[in-house]
Amino acid sequence: MKRAIWTALSLLAGDAQADRSVPPTGFTARLTLFTAAAMALLAVFALSLSLAAGRLAVRWSDELAQTSTLRISAPAEQMAAQTAAALEVLRTTPGIASARALTEEEEQALLTPWFGPDLPLDALPIPRLIEIEAEGRGYDATGLRARLQAEVPGAVLDDHTRWREPLVAAAGKLRGLGALAIVLIGASTAAMITLAAQSALSANAQVIRVLRLVGARDAYIARAFVRRFTLRALSGAAAGTFIGAILVALLPGGVQDGGSVLTGIGFSGAEWLWLPLIPPLAAAVAFAATRGAARRMLERQS
Amino acid sequence: MIELRDVAYSYGGGELFSGLSLALAPGSFHFLTGPSGAGKTTLLKLCYGDLVPTSGEVALWGEPTTGMARDGLALNRRRIGVVHQDCQFLDHLPLGDNVALPLTVAGRHHEAAAYLPDLLAWVGLTRHVDRRPPELSGGERQRAALARAVIMSPEVIIADEPTGNIDWEMSQRLLALLVELNRMGKAVLIATHDLNLIRSAKAQVAVRTLRLKDRQLLAAGADL
Repeated sequence: MKRAIWTALSLLAGDAQADRSVPPTGFTARLTLFTAAAMALLAVFALSLSLAAGRLAVRWSDELAQTSTLRISAPAEQMAAQTAAALEVLRTTPGIASARALTEEEEQALLTPWFGPDLPLDALPIPRLIEIEAEGRGYDATGLRARLQAEVPGAVLDDHTRWREPLVAAAGKLRGLGALAIVLIGASTAAMITLAAQSALSANAQVIRVLRLVGARDAYIARAFVRRFTLRALSGAAAGTFIGAILVALLPGGVQDGGSVLTGIGFSGAEWLWLPLIPPLAAAVAFAATRGAARRMLERQS
Repeated sequence: MIELRDVAYSYGGGELFSGLSLALAPGSFHFLTGPSGAGKTTLLKLCYGDLVPTSGEVALWGEPTTGMARDGLALNRRRIGVVHQDCQFLDHLPLGDNVALPLTVAGRHHEAAAYLPDLLAWVGLTRHVDRRPPELSGGERQRAALARAVIMSPEVIIADEPTGNIDWEMSQRLLALLVELNRMGKAVLIATHDLNLIRSAKAQVAVRTLRLKDRQLLAAGADL
């Protein structure tokens, strides 16, 4: 660790004379800067997507896990008795914070989108719905179903499991895809910078030859290239991250109002602290890629 | 310091020379002559580890170059000043930085200020210190190459046709520098076609002249 910090510091401090030994190469400089900026921009988007998917998974999971619905289908003359019995069962079930039968107006509001506002609820065998809110670690759904079957035969408990699981799984996969995208972006950055470094090393074969003939060690030659590419990646990624952060901040919708996976893309609170990590990570990738390329190239040219 | 023992070298086509032995001892002064294509430059490259022999052994300060780590070779090259036939420079750097390059790569660039002015004055390039190598004439590049070769005060100086592009007066000045360095105990090995240079050197210092011909290294005749 100490050695890695020392290497990073000496790399940043640099050696002006060693740097001058290698001529600036415009094409590879521009390629590295552009690649680092573009990849950092994409990393910001992938990160925001991944974080948004993660937030959504947690929210869906939490919201759906804390609520459930009891549906009571019974003849009209038994409806009130069964509803009261069900409420009593729910009241005495551990893990349930509250249970409330929806009013006729609320049921009407639920059905209005499908049947219009003039639906005669009195004339239709509409089941009675009871909204349940769980507390703490929730209730024992299997035990509750058994009790309801015995005491309220017309009651069907829907604990949202069949809704929740695919949604949470989908959000989790979306978060995984975001993480995979970040890994691929890192790998692509490494590949592009390796190519740029190899191009620069090949273009400077004569420089390397002269340096070797006057007694330069491989580390000296490699350092001049590695430092240059690392700093270019750092500055390119810083620019890309900055632009990406602005674009994400300007996206419509917002994190605060929840939103969907699309309108919720962005960073919330401490999540913004992920962004300053992108340029140093890009620099680390460039450092490793260039050092590997330089070592291989110097080995070949010996 | 540098020793070649029963060395052979082959290019893709055929054998350039074989059974060649040579020792460069401290204070020795060798000239290497021979027809073009005989392998003089190859022999010099073997001496500073730029090539490895196809058989036999080249040892730098007792260590064989075959299998020598690149860093070890680099450190040995700091003890050898080389003037290449084609005077290779870093064209993007000014002359002063090129001449000081051996000091720079050895992490001793701060010493350049102490040596560079006198050295450039000696080879007559003071006013060209800020010019880049492509702006210099062939002779100026050759003088700069010699200045670069000696700036580290190496133990061995190897020069490949160092007077090929310079006039008689300048060649005598360069020879005087090499003789002076030789008197300080440095070994000198010069490949040249310039017989006058060899005769001038013989008048100043004990010289051994070798001739590379027909794949063999022989002592040259008394006329040299």
